[in-house]
Amino acid sequence: MKYVGQAIKRKEDPRLVSGSSSYVDDIALPGMLHMAVTRSIHAHAGIKHVDISKALRLPGVHTVVTGHEIANKCGPIPVAGEIPKMKKPVMHLLATTKVIYVGQAVAAVLATDKYIARDAADLIEIDYEPLPAVTNPEKALQPGSPIIHEEFSDNQAYTFGFETGNTDEAFRNADVVVKERFVNQRLAPVSMEARGTVATTQMPDNELVVWSSTQIPHLLKTQLAVMVGIPENRARVIAPEVGGAFGSKLNVYAEEGLVAYLALKTGKPVKWIESRRENIACTIHGRDQINYVELALKKDGTVVGMRAKVIADIGAYYQLLTAIIPQLTGLLAPGAYKVPAFKFDLISAFTNKMATDAYRGAGRPEATYLIERIMDVAAQKLNMDPAEIRRKNFPQPSEFPFQTSGGVVYDSANYEKALDKALQISDYAGLRRKQAELRKQGKYMGIGLSSYVEICAMGPSVAMPAGGWESSTVRIDPTGQVTVLTGASPHGQGQETSFAQIVADELGIGMDDVFVQHGDTSRLPYGIGTFGSRATAVGGTAMFNAVQDLKKKMAKIAGHILQVDPEKFGFEDHKLIAKDGSGKSMNYGDVVTQAYIARQLPPGTEPGMEATRFFEPSNFTFPFGTHVCVIEVDEETGEPKITKYVAVDDCGNVINPLLVEGQVHGGIVQGVAQALYEEVVYDENGQLLTGSLMDYALPRAHDLPNLELDRTVTPSPVNPMGVKGVGEAGTIGSTPAVVNAVVDALSPFGVTHVDMPVRPEKLWNIIKGRKAS
Amino acid sequence: MTKHVKITINGKLYESDVEPRLLLTHFIREVAGLTGTHIGCETSICGACTVLTNGLAVKSCTMFAVQADGADVVTIEGMAKDGNLHPLQQSFWEEHGLQCGYCTPGMIMCAHQLLARNASPNESEIRTALDGNLCRCTGYQNIVKAVQSAAGKVRRSRVAAGD
Repeated sequence: MKYVGQAIKRKEDPRLVSGSSSYVDDIALPGMLHMAVTRSIHAHAGIKHVDISKALRLPGVHTVVTGHEIANKCGPIPVAGEIPKMKKPVMHLLATTKVIYVGQAVAAVLATDKYIARDAADLIEIDYEPLPAVTNPEKALQPGSPIIHEEFSDNQAYTFGFETGNTDEAFRNADVVVKERFVNQRLAPVSMEARGTVATTQMPDNELVVWSSTQIPHLLKTQLAVMVGIPENRARVIAPEVGGAFGSKLNVYAEEGLVAYLALKTGKPVKWIESRRENIACTIHGRDQINYVELALKKDGTVVGMRAKVIADIGAYYQLLTAIIPQLTGLLAPGAYKVPAFKFDLISAFTNKMATDAYRGAGRPEATYLIERIMDVAAQKLNMDPAEIRRKNFPQPSEFPFQTSGGVVYDSANYEKALDKALQISDYAGLRRKQAELRKQGKYMGIGLSSYVEICAMGPSVAMPAGGWESSTVRIDPTGQVTVLTGASPHGQGQETSFAQIVADELGIGMDDVFVQHGDTSRLPYGIGTFGSRATAVGGTAMFNAVQDLKKKMAKIAGHILQVDPEKFGFEDHKLIAKDGSGKSMNYGDVVTQAYIARQLPPGTEPGMEATRFFEPSNFTFPFGTHVCVIEVDEETGEPKITKYVAVDDCGNVINPLLVEGQVHGGIVQGVAQALYEEVVYDENGQLLTGSLMDYALPRAHDLPNLELDRTVTPSPVNPMGVKGVGEAGTIGSTPAVVNAVVDALSPFGVTHVDMPVRPEKLWNIIKGRKAS
Repeated sequence: MTKHVKITINGKLYESDVEPRLLLTHFIREVAGLTGTHIGCETSICGACTVLTNGLAVKSCTMFAVQADGADVVTIEGMAKDGNLHPLQQSFWEEHGLQCGYCTPGMIMCAHQLLARNASPNESEIRTALDGNLCRCTGYQNIVKAVQSAAGKVRRSRVAAGD
């Protein structure tokens, strides 16, 4: 192998470091109109009247649209993630008779200039009749709460649950039961590039062409065609350079529909670029669960049963996958442990807030947090070392594939190996000694572990709302250059590089001969997209299989010409080399040329050198690892400072360690940010209090330590490359490691849990309060 | 009401009649057509729009074009010379200091100012200098490595040039 496994710098980067690439906002078309949106200032209010006359009088304003026109002309916001019997309100692109969250779109303006469009949006006068709002999901579920969707009797959106084994019996027979209530706070994804969409119509077929900052160009194309009522074969979506997403662009948003509709209506190009304020208020949020967890154990720390009751605050309505995200929490809640009996109950509530949906990890960080926290609570109660209680409950490598009580089958793992490696690298025993010494000096150092597992490479179609497969076309041109078309739609992950590594090795050619294209529905076979750590494991496998088809065809052609058994060829150094001792070989380029000249093809062989494959995995993959976080809490200020962070992750076989490490770095920091800094806060009236980056605390460079990374490698049996996926692992693993460290630091005060974000004032109050008492 | 402004960007003079409220970043992106400077928050928090104005790193989303009248601006497009990437650009590439690339131009312009002031910054100095520039992808670790590596390249090139 020449490229796979090597830290190769990215093909994407020269255009990105030189500023020559093109994001949506960089697209300018002749005669383009700019859209601005007038949004609700109320969390819950009737709309009595919308006066657009002043806006229309402003010079430069072209068009204003309001809710009733849009409700008549466009379909609603699509919902793909469904739970049986869920209440399903219809959400139009613009509000008609009432608004149900702050920031909901009420009217849209088109003007010749974005400054004028913004001015005009502010001139639209909306006569509201304010209604009482509810923002706390537990209050929303109580009788007497304001009802968000009047067509239903209450705010309970849906329920979901299952039981594996007999939990009542497990709890009756347990030696010890621990209980805790965990809040997994609401987060904003905040990709550095906010959302944005440009649409235009193009002759000769009046094709609708949409550039959108999206993770799912194909699904968006289908949904937009349905939404605006045009044939799908007259719609084309292009995801240009996408400036980060983290799940927030795995969606179909009102603004995408409005831009498409207005481009068709006006016959002019229309552009909308989301402001950061809009991005925090009106792009999906993540997490927002309350977890009531009970764990039953034997005295020796063996887990015998678990109950998890989850209240999910899904916000005011469903975006594309909203409803199924908290469901994933149930599937993964048993974590990396044998939990013989498990009961999961989920109640999802509507509240007057923005919808939640997939944010990096999407339901799995919540699961990992609840199991990794409750394991520590149990360890504390049993006076066991957190490493030992984990070790005691791991399934052994020989037990894989491992059927969990969450209802999924883990593919492959060696949890103990990753744990041991993390303990060794962090000098865990030494850390514990240091902690004991510091405690004598009245200093608060904590060590937090997290032995996580996660669900990746989504996934078989039966487990997915819109197809769990991915596509790829691989084409070798007559000159031997390879074009890879992938349905995966990366947005920073680097698949133009890692996919080229795979193809170049398979064909025995150079990486520069391979060009990976993505994101344009008119160039690609239909695909799904990049999310759920699936691009390499699913999209990469579709490509890998297409390359195998081409290799077979090339071997057949070369075998026919050289009179060699086609099974015997190796692909090396731009040659097909017969491995039969004959010493025969044929140049790669000559074989490709023969495929196109087509005069010496074996009987029954079609000309050309192109293959398309669709790959659907038989199962998810389940990456895992152990993270160790060391925190010192300043007694005077309460500030938690990470002094050491070790992560040992196992994502199966690694294509490019540089990219894997980058994913882990970024993932860990997003998880650390949930533990320490970030929280979307609404007040009780539903006003968003964290609507800018002044108030919503993204981590900065100086907040963070240098992360120490290592790996174990346990290939996945689910795909031929043995890869598992790594996009979300860091985020999933890190949050509980940080909070476990904080609780460990403060355990001398009798602290068993602190809710996130673990900000200094919270810890200062605990330290001062407990001392005073 | 418009005002006539002249702004030199990457050595080329751009003139236009602009509204007083036009942001410098929009002048750069739309009047000059240089879209390498990105807008991330419009409130000077994220630093994606950082450019050099008269040698100082400024957030071009919180400066009006009229305030930059007569100024000499350098953007990411002005960093490479004669087809060769600037050491900072080269190092961001080599150290995997970017993923989605959206914050990268601002990071590089901010780091450029740091290296102009401090040829050998340590990790802590780099992290502090980049505090006004947000990145959501990398966790900053490889950005710090990239700036360290670029500092080495710049020092070596100065030695080679006999400076």
